[in-house]
Amino acid sequence: MSKPSLLQLKDVHTFYDNIHALKGISLSVPQGAIVCLIGANGAGKSTTLMTIFGVQPCRKGKIVFDGHPIHELPPERVAARGVSQSPEGRQVFPRMSVFENLEMGAFLRKDKEGIQNDLDWVFSLFPVLKDRIGQIGGTLSGGEQQMLAIGRALMARPKLLLLDEPSLGLAPKLVEKIFETIIEINRNSATTIFLVEQNAQMALSISSLGFVMETGRIVISDKASALLENKQVKKAYLGE
Amino acid sequence: MVRQELKKLVIYGFFLAIIITPMVGFKNNDFDAARVLQTLAVLIGLLVLNLIVKLVRSKRPQRAPGHKAWGERVRERIEQIPKVFTLGGLILITAMFPVFADNYMIDVAITCLIYITLGLGLNIVVGLCGLLDLGYIAFYAVGAYTYSLLNLKLGLSFWAALPIGVVLGMTCGCIIGYPTLKMRGDYLAIVTLGFGEIIRLVLNNWDSLTAGPNGLFGMQRAALYYPTFQDGGLSWAVYNIKSLPSLYYLIYIIVILTIIGVRRLDNSRIGRAWVAIREDETAAELSGVPTTWIKLLAYALGAGFASVAGAFFAAKLSYTNPNFFLFMESCIVLCIVVLGGVGSIPGIIVAGIVLIAAPEIFRGLESYRMLAFGGIMTTMMVLKPEGLIPAKRHKREFIETKSNE
Amino acid sequence: MDQSAFILQQIVNAIFLGSIYALIALGYTMVYGIIELINFAHGELFTAGAFIGVIVLTGLQSFGFVESHFVISMIIVFGLAMAYVAVLGVAVEHVAYKPLRDSSRLAALLSALGMSIFLSNGMMLSQGVSDRAYPPVFGVQGIDIGGAIITNGQIFIVLLAIAMMIALQLFVHRTRLGKAMRATAQNRTMARMLGIDIDQTIRITFMIGPALGAAAGVMVGLHYGAVRFDMGFIFMIKAFAAAILGGIGSIPGAMIGGLTIGAIEVFWAAFLPSAWKDVTTFTVLILVLYFKPSGLLGESESEVRV
Ligand SMILES: Nc1ncnc2c1ncn2[C@@H]1O[C@H](COP(=O)(O)OP(=O)(O)OP(=O)(O)O)[C@@H](O)[C@H]1O
Ligand SMILES: [Mg+2]
Repeated sequence: MSKPSLLQLKDVHTFYDNIHALKGISLSVPQGAIVCLIGANGAGKSTTLMTIFGVQPCRKGKIVFDGHPIHELPPERVAARGVSQSPEGRQVFPRMSVFENLEMGAFLRKDKEGIQNDLDWVFSLFPVLKDRIGQIGGTLSGGEQQMLAIGRALMARPKLLLLDEPSLGLAPKLVEKIFETIIEINRNSATTIFLVEQNAQMALSISSLGFVMETGRIVISDKASALLENKQVKKAYLGE
Repeated sequence: MVRQELKKLVIYGFFLAIIITPMVGFKNNDFDAARVLQTLAVLIGLLVLNLIVKLVRSKRPQRAPGHKAWGERVRERIEQIPKVFTLGGLILITAMFPVFADNYMIDVAITCLIYITLGLGLNIVVGLCGLLDLGYIAFYAVGAYTYSLLNLKLGLSFWAALPIGVVLGMTCGCIIGYPTLKMRGDYLAIVTLGFGEIIRLVLNNWDSLTAGPNGLFGMQRAALYYPTFQDGGLSWAVYNIKSLPSLYYLIYIIVILTIIGVRRLDNSRIGRAWVAIREDETAAELSGVPTTWIKLLAYALGAGFASVAGAFFAAKLSYTNPNFFLFMESCIVLCIVVLGGVGSIPGIIVAGIVLIAAPEIFRGLESYRMLAFGGIMTTMMVLKPEGLIPAKRHKREFIETKSNE
Repeated sequence: MDQSAFILQQIVNAIFLGSIYALIALGYTMVYGIIELINFAHGELFTAGAFIGVIVLTGLQSFGFVESHFVISMIIVFGLAMAYVAVLGVAVEHVAYKPLRDSSRLAALLSALGMSIFLSNGMMLSQGVSDRAYPPVFGVQGIDIGGAIITNGQIFIVLLAIAMMIALQLFVHRTRLGKAMRATAQNRTMARMLGIDIDQTIRITFMIGPALGAAAGVMVGLHYGAVRFDMGFIFMIKAFAAAILGGIGSIPGAMIGGLTIGAIEVFWAAFLPSAWKDVTTFTVLILVLYFKPSGLLGESESEVRV
């Protein structure tokens, strides 16, 4: 690992009441990289992202982002440090238009010009959003909502972008397109991307590092290319 | 951590002062700073205490999985003492109460017992079945007016009118319950509030039947009949339950029967169905619980108990009018149930005594009674949302906590 | 007065009453939209506004300021009433609701109820149990439209109410804070992840909603000529009915709901025994909740997502 890490988790524990969902997660995301987190349903992937964001309190352990501890910050302060997320289930604002949803993504930004540029950029990534600019979020199709959620996360121009299953519910053609877009985002804006995916094959193929999660623990962490060859991973997640 | 908490406390105190100062400080345009400061001192003292408890707790090691809350441990302790002693002792003391209390105390005790009956009845709806009801006092009104009217117009005795009142109350319960069956928690609150007001307004406006705001008076007291052998043959003598001690015993028996009834219901199949509905209505329905009927039954039974209390109330005073049944009364009863710890019978009894008797003790502050009542209600919720004595089986799961959305 | 003029008069009265209900209903709807709590203390905040209004107005009138500077004194009266109640609203939120944000709904509801009881009794103690008279500032002159009289006071109040509603609508849709408010109402967690400070957003909601209620309180005082410590209760229920009728959470809905409830009440009182008008309002409320709980403009239940 040559590059300095942007995000580091050290022995992070998270609970839902008495359910011990994360049992000591440690990982590190290098600056400028794409990393992915894979694992079975209920392994704790979404919980990991929510814990990073401060939505779920981290009961034990440390999270360091960009040199600062963030594990005690509420979500709005984490956002202010330059993290954004396209969460599980999209979570677009159902009674706001596409435009307003995107605008909310840039809530913390003041640079009008930059916002306009990023808006154009998001529309070039997802032209369908431009066609539906005035449509109400709740009436978009699932795939459109997914694009809107990613677009909204991009509007924050984050240092770290958390994507929770961006390919979920998309047509196969679009899945490829989404992964291409992720690479493009990473290259064009030097945004570090932390990707959670069920589609392990695709996710690993665009990532430099990968983590495998099982019931609240990280069981393997390695170079993505190595994981693609790993027997265990192949058997469990790549369906070979 | 301590500094942060202190800062929070200061801000809280500031906002508290904004509310308290104008409300407590002025009386007929005279400002009394001492009263404000005293009130604030008490409240802030409470908050500081709460903070200290919190800090001490947080310093202690993490809770073990089997760890039990303080209230629960106290209960377990009490339960280890054989029932005969605790229950027997309690019954003995309360039964002896009129012997050593003066009339005023007995009168207060009777009021307490009425509210306890109401609290136990509302507990079926709120505590066991998990439905909110802000118009519960209406059934109390139905009981009171049914007895009054049957007695005044048809000359029926208390005992003859009682079952009719209960049936009518239960019917009203069903009528009010029916449209609310599929409603969400807070809409339920408003609808039941609306129903309660409708019943009060009807009593208030239907002059020809209820004498409107003047109310009805001159009802007979409840009477006991006992055989005598005077004048040679057997005849029935009448004892009117009119003196305070005799009224005390009547409502005392009503409370005991209510407790027994509620307990038996709680442990019956119906009780389990209520709990199932409260915990997960969909799941209950899927597992074959006839939710509609069971919910209606909760409303009906709750209303039935309130009717009994209402009839007693009308017979005690020999007077009734619509202003006895204001929304505020529903609040008080609900407060008893919630303060007591939703679903807990001992809790309701304690809360009933505390809420009704405590303000009587501070008679000097009469005009501050309801002010204090409101303040205590909010303070209790803020400091201890789960109530004084959380119910055993199922604490906290009342209308589930807000999802974070 | 002939029949058509009579009906016209009722329409005028309905619009007047409806605007006031709408202003109060907005406070409910905004608060409910954002924290899903029926703010039982809203009726008392409304009454508090009316009391501040009468205190300030009486003060101004005592040295003849109202006659000489009518507009300025109205600005002062409304401004102070709204400002005070906004502060009170924030205080109530902080003291009674904020600590319970993650507790059960019942706990929050009861805390609100406690606050309502506390405030109404506090006002009873500090302002007395009887009516407080508002100084008459409008007189009886007005415009005659086909036999129906619209008084200057009514015109002033309705225009002011409409202006406030338009301002609110613009605030909510055009400003950063307004949008933050809507976002928070629609998905709180997501709003936080975008950097919205929900504490601040909720505070602002608890300033604007009660302030509008306070304005309505002053209007009621000006029009009916008196305030009383317990007048909040009945206005609360009606305004709540209006909020639900229009679809809770919806601002235009609150306006339509307010006008509908106002119309029902006025026309019932005009043609049928007026003692029963409140019974009718409650019945309408229950029927709406039963048959169309999402209200006229509300989202369908599934979308509201509790
Ligand atoms: N709000 C919650 N309350 C209680 N338990 C929860 C909650 N959210 C998640 N869990 C539990 O935490 C564990 C981890 O859930 P999480 O959503 O992180 O899984 P995941 O890896 O994202 O799964 P998926 O691939 O299905 O999205 C699961 O066992 C889940 O049941
Ligand atoms: Mg997930």
